[in-house]
Amino acid sequence: MSTPETTAPAPQSVAGFIKDNLREYGMLMSLLVIVIFFQFATGGILLKPLNLTNIILQNSYIVIMALGMLMIIVTGHIDLSVGSVAGFIGAVAAMMMVQYNFDFVTACIICLVLGGLIGAVQGYFVAYLKIPSFIVTLAGMLVFRGLMIAVLSGRSIGPFDVTFQRLSSGFIPEFISSEGGLYLTSLILGIAVAAFLVWQNIKNRGRRMSHGVETEPFGFFVAKNILVLASISYVAYLIASHRGMPNVLIIMALLIAAYGFFTNRTIIGRQIYAVGGNARAAELSGIKTQRLVFGTFVNMGVLAALGGLVVAARLNSATPKAGAGFELDVIAACFIGGASAYGGVGKVTGAVIGAFLMGVMNNGMSILGIGIDYQQVIKGLVLLGAVCVDVYNQRR
Amino acid sequence: MLANVHAAERPPILEMRGISKSFGVVKALTDVSFTVREGEIHALVGENGAGKSTLMKVLSGVYPHGSYEGSILFSGEERQFRDINDTEALGIIIIHQELALIPLLSIAENIFLANAPSRFGVIDRSAVHERTKALLSKVGLNEQPDTLITNLGVGKQQLVEIAKALSKDVRLLILDEPTASLNETDSAALLELLKEFRNQGITSIMISHKLNEISEVADRITVLRDGRSVDTMDCHAGVVPEDEIIRKMVDRDMESRYPKRTPKIGEMIFEVDDWSVYHPQHTHRQVVKNLSLKVRAGEVVGISGLMGAGRTEFAMSVFGRSWGRNITGTVKMHGKPVDVSTVTKAIDAGLAYVTEDRKHLGLILAEDIRKNISLANLPGVSRSSVIDDISEMKVAQEFRARMRIRSHNVYQETGKLSGGNQQKVVLSKWLFTNPDLLILDEPTRGIDVGAKYEIYSIINELADAGKAVVVISSEMPELIGICDRILVMHEGEFVGEVAGAEATQENIMRAIMRRKGRDE
Repeated sequence: MSTPETTAPAPQSVAGFIKDNLREYGMLMSLLVIVIFFQFATGGILLKPLNLTNIILQNSYIVIMALGMLMIIVTGHIDLSVGSVAGFIGAVAAMMMVQYNFDFVTACIICLVLGGLIGAVQGYFVAYLKIPSFIVTLAGMLVFRGLMIAVLSGRSIGPFDVTFQRLSSGFIPEFISSEGGLYLTSLILGIAVAAFLVWQNIKNRGRRMSHGVETEPFGFFVAKNILVLASISYVAYLIASHRGMPNVLIIMALLIAAYGFFTNRTIIGRQIYAVGGNARAAELSGIKTQRLVFGTFVNMGVLAALGGLVVAARLNSATPKAGAGFELDVIAACFIGGASAYGGVGKVTGAVIGAFLMGVMNNGMSILGIGIDYQQVIKGLVLLGAVCVDVYNQRR
Repeated sequence: MLANVHAAERPPILEMRGISKSFGVVKALTDVSFTVREGEIHALVGENGAGKSTLMKVLSGVYPHGSYEGSILFSGEERQFRDINDTEALGIIIIHQELALIPLLSIAENIFLANAPSRFGVIDRSAVHERTKALLSKVGLNEQPDTLITNLGVGKQQLVEIAKALSKDVRLLILDEPTASLNETDSAALLELLKEFRNQGITSIMISHKLNEISEVADRITVLRDGRSVDTMDCHAGVVPEDEIIRKMVDRDMESRYPKRTPKIGEMIFEVDDWSVYHPQHTHRQVVKNLSLKVRAGEVVGISGLMGAGRTEFAMSVFGRSWGRNITGTVKMHGKPVDVSTVTKAIDAGLAYVTEDRKHLGLILAEDIRKNISLANLPGVSRSSVIDDISEMKVAQEFRARMRIRSHNVYQETGKLSGGNQQKVVLSKWLFTNPDLLILDEPTRGIDVGAKYEIYSIINELADAGKAVVVISSEMPELIGICDRILVMHEGEFVGEVAGAEATQENIMRAIMRRKGRDE
C-alpha cells in the first residue's frame, strides 16, 4: 500500500469537486435549502424586504459575537460568559448614558475597553493559570449576570438617546434621491460589494493559475460567482426596497471581512489554528500559545461588549434579561458552521452562515406559528444533526 | 510437549488464505497468504505501508468478515469474525504499538477493565489483586497491583499489556512493534518473555522493524511488500542473513544501510557549557548534570545512552527551556553567547530541535503538509505579517521534492502520511528555519528501512552543507553508521566519548556499564 508516486492531478469534474469540498460548501447549501424551504412554507413572507431587514437586525449581535467565539473554539476553548458579559455591558452603558449623561461615543469606548478587560481577566485564568475555560467562563457567566442585576438594581434602564439607538435601528444615509421607494445608495453599495468579491475571486484564480496551483473546475467557479453576485445583489435589492442598509449591517460586514482576512491570511491567524491543532507542537515551533489564547479572550470580551451595546440600542433599554442564553446561540452558530469541538478547525464564513441558519429558522418558524417550545426542540436537533454530518464527513 | 516437536511438523494454528482488502481505490492487501504454526514465534516484516497492520486488523476482527476477500482458518476451522470480541473469545489478542492503558487507573484495574471477577456485579477486589499478582509474576514485572499506570515507564507498561493479554487465556498473541519505544535492557527482557511463552505453547506474531531482534527470537519470518506476501523463511534451516530480509522487503539491494560520507569538519558552531537542569516536578532531582558539548560545522555528533539518561531532557532544555526548571549554563553559537530562553529566541539563534515524538510534539496532524512546513518560519512566507499563499505553497513543493515526501500533493493532511513521510515533513519544517545546528531526537524511530536510508542521506547532506548536527538515538548501529563522534550519556552526564570510526556496540555499552558499576 505504499503511497502512489506523484502524478499530475487529473482535472476534476464539478461533481467530484463538490464531493471533495463538501465541508466547505455543504453549509452554504444547507442555508440555501432552508431559506428556500421557509420561503415557500411561509408563502413568501420570509424574503419580504421588511422581514429580511428584521432577520439581519435580530441576528447581528449573534454574528458579531460568533466571530469572537470562533477564535476561542479554534484554540480549543469555550466561553460561556458572553451572554452575561453582553448584558452587563449593556447595563453599564445604560447607566452611563441615561443616569450620568455620558455622550454615546465616550460611553461606547469605555464599554468596549471594559469588555476587553473582562476578557483579559478570564483569559489570564485560562491561558496562564491553566484553569479550564469551561470553569472560568461558567464562573464569569454567574459573576457578570449578578453584576448586571446589581447595576440595574433589578429594573430596566432606558430609553437611550436617539444617536445611540441608531447603532441598531438606524439606516445609512441616502445620497441619491430615492425613486419608487428604492434606496439607491444601499442598492449600489450592495452591488458594488458583490462585484468586488467576484473581482477578487477572479483575480485570485488568475494568480493561482499562473503559478500552476490547483483550482476549482471552471464551471464550478463560474456558477459559484454567479450565485454570489446574484444572491448578494438580490439581498441588497430587497433591503433597498425597505429602508436601506441598517447601520449594524455595515458594522457586521466590516467585521466579517476583517476577521475573515485575519484568520485566513495573517501570521497570527494561522498561529491560532496551530494552537488549537496541537498546542505542544505549536509551542515547540516557537509560537507563543499562552499569549494567543489570552488574546482570543480579550478579543471575545470586546466583541461581547459590542454585542451588548447593539442589543441595548435595539431594545432601547437595558433589562435584567438582556443577553440571557446568547452564549448558546453563539456557540451553536460556530458548531453548526463546522468548527470542531476539539479545536484547530473552523471558519469565519462557517460561523456567519451558522448564525444566519439559526436566525432564518427562528424567524421562519415564528412566522409559521410554531411555539417557542418546539422551536427549541427543532433547533437542538439541527445542531446535533449538523455536527453529526460534519463528523461523518471527516471520517470518510 | 509442543516444543519437542520440530517446527515444521507442527500443525498450523492460523491460516489466512488469499486475503485482499481495498480502501476505495487503494489496494492495501492483494492475495496475501499467511500461515502461523502452533507454538512458534512468527515475525511479520515489511516497509511501512506494506500492509502489516492492515493484515493484523483483518485477523483481529477490526475489519469484519465481508469487508475483505479471502478466508481465515483458526485451529482448523473457517472463521468469520464480526468484531474484536469474536477474536478475543478465541484467544487472539493484539497489542498495539500505541499502548491502550488508562494512565490514572491501577495495574489491576487496567488488566481487569472489561472482565473483572465479580460477585453480583460487585468487583471482587481480593480476587482481582491475587490474579493480578499471579499475572505480573508470569511476565516478570515486580510491581504492586495497585500501582498507577502513569507511574510506570514504557517498558513496564508494555509488560502490563502482555499481562492483560494473558488474563484472557491467550492462544495467539499479536505484538505490533513491541520494542519500538523500549531501551535495550527492556527489549531484551521482552524477547526473553516471548521465548518463555513459546515454551508454554503460546503462539506469537511479532511485527518489528528491528531485524536483529527478529533473528534472535523468530522461528519463521514472513515478508510483506506492497500488500503482497513475498516469502516466508524458516530460521531453523540456518540463519537468515539480515541483508536478504532487507532485499526482500524493499526489492532492491542496499549498498549499505548507511550512506557514505567524507566528513569536512570546519569551525566551531555550537558550544554548551556547564548545563544543568532539574526535574520540573521532583525539583530536587538533577536530570542534567553540568554537561558540556561542542559541535563543529560539518560534524555529526551522536548521543547514545539508555532511556532515562537525560538525552531528550538535555536537548529540550537547550531548545528554549522546553523542559525542566532551574536551568543554568551557557550556550554559544559561532563563539558568541546567545540567549535561548524561549523557543523563538533559540530558533533565531540558529537552533532547531526535531522531536522524538513527531505525532504529539512535531506535527499538527489535521493540517496539511504545506502549513506544517511553514509553521516555524511563517515570516519567511509573509509580507508585513500577511501570509503569501503562493510562496508558501512553493516552499512546500520545494521541500516535498527535495525530501522526497510521498504524497498526492502538498495539501495532504500530515496525519494520513506514513511515519517516514511524516518525519520528512518535520525535518522540512526545521530546515526551512535555516538553522546552523540541528538536534535530531530519534530521527528514525518507527520508520522503515528505506525511509531510514533517506533520512541518513539528508543528515549527510546537512553536514556537507556545513551544518552542525546532533543525533540522539537508542539504536547504536545507527549512531555508529552515521556519526563522526559518539558521546555516551548516563544519568545526566557524558560518561564516554568514542570516535565514529572506532565505535562498536561493545565499547559504547562498556562505557555505560563501567559507569553503572561505579555508581552501584
